Amino acid sequence: MASIPMEYGLLLAGTLFALGLIGVLVRRNIVFILMSLEIMLNATGLAFVTAGARWAQADGQVMYLFILSMAAAEVAVGLALVLKLRRQFKTLDADAASRMHG
Amino acid sequence: MNAVFYIAAAVAVISTVMVITRLNAIHALLYLIVSLLAVAVIFFTLGAAFAAALEVIIYAGAIMVLFVFAVMLLNLGPHATAQESQWLSPNAWIGPAILALVLVGELAFIIARGSLRSPAAGPVEPKQVGVALFGPYLLGVELASLLLLAGMVGAYHLGREWGVKNGESGVGSGECGVGVAPPPPFPTPHSPLPIPRRKEGGS
Repeated sequence: MASIPMEYGLLLAGTLFALGLIGVLVRRNIVFILMSLEIMLNATGLAFVTAGARWAQADGQVMYLFILSMAAAEVAVGLALVLKLRRQFKTLDADAASRMHG
Repeated sequence: MNAVFYIAAAVAVISTVMVITRLNAIHALLYLIVSLLAVAVIFFTLGAAFAAALEVIIYAGAIMVLFVFAVMLLNLGPHATAQESQWLSPNAWIGPAILALVLVGELAFIIARGSLRSPAAGPVEPKQVGVALFGPYLLGVELASLLLLAGMVGAYHLGREWGVKNGESGVGSGECGVGVAPPPPFPTPHSPLPIPRRKEGGS
């Protein structure tokens, strides 16, 4: 039984990334936009881990760890922004905050 | 092990498609958790057991719990109870449950086989990751800690209620409260401070 080809892992990562990108572009609810961002970051981590497993190097997992910590920081700030948007505009529509009011 | 990879990949893609097409945020979150668990199984089949454990603990555990808390906070209101009873209906969780059962079946299959089939170049042990992390990538670890600190401070700053009184008075227009809100923060922490100091100086 042959092992999994790297191309399939990268293909899956690309598919998940494209799905996340579609989610960011299509949805207007800001919570869904944040979730799609998480999907995209996760897909990037999958690509790194797949490449790291192909050459049996630890660097892929190290980069995955960095992506993980970045995702944690991003989601904390993002959810705080969501709560602030909800408080000020009484909506979760991302287009409600499209204009800056100085 | 190939079949495990393909099934987990199919579960990941299906649940991700469900995430971006759901209308209810909690339904989407359930599918997103299943998607992350499927990616964890894929990590495991790739020989990255450490990354798989972190995926379950941090992504599917901590970050998703943060999401669930935020969504619950956003939905506070008189109709929250009705919504909650609606969320607990079977068609909300039957889809994620079936996909998660597929992943559990895969896990049982891997355990029953006894040995993890290593990929072409062999698995990457957690020890290797740790040595790389605190060797050549030490600066990156420090930068990641700074990033987490900045994220924590930023989340605290954004999540804090600046000037509740002005925000309440400006609720009707909405936009008025936005401009007025920022000034009050500094007076409120500072104004109580001088008074006790003067009392102490006086006594």
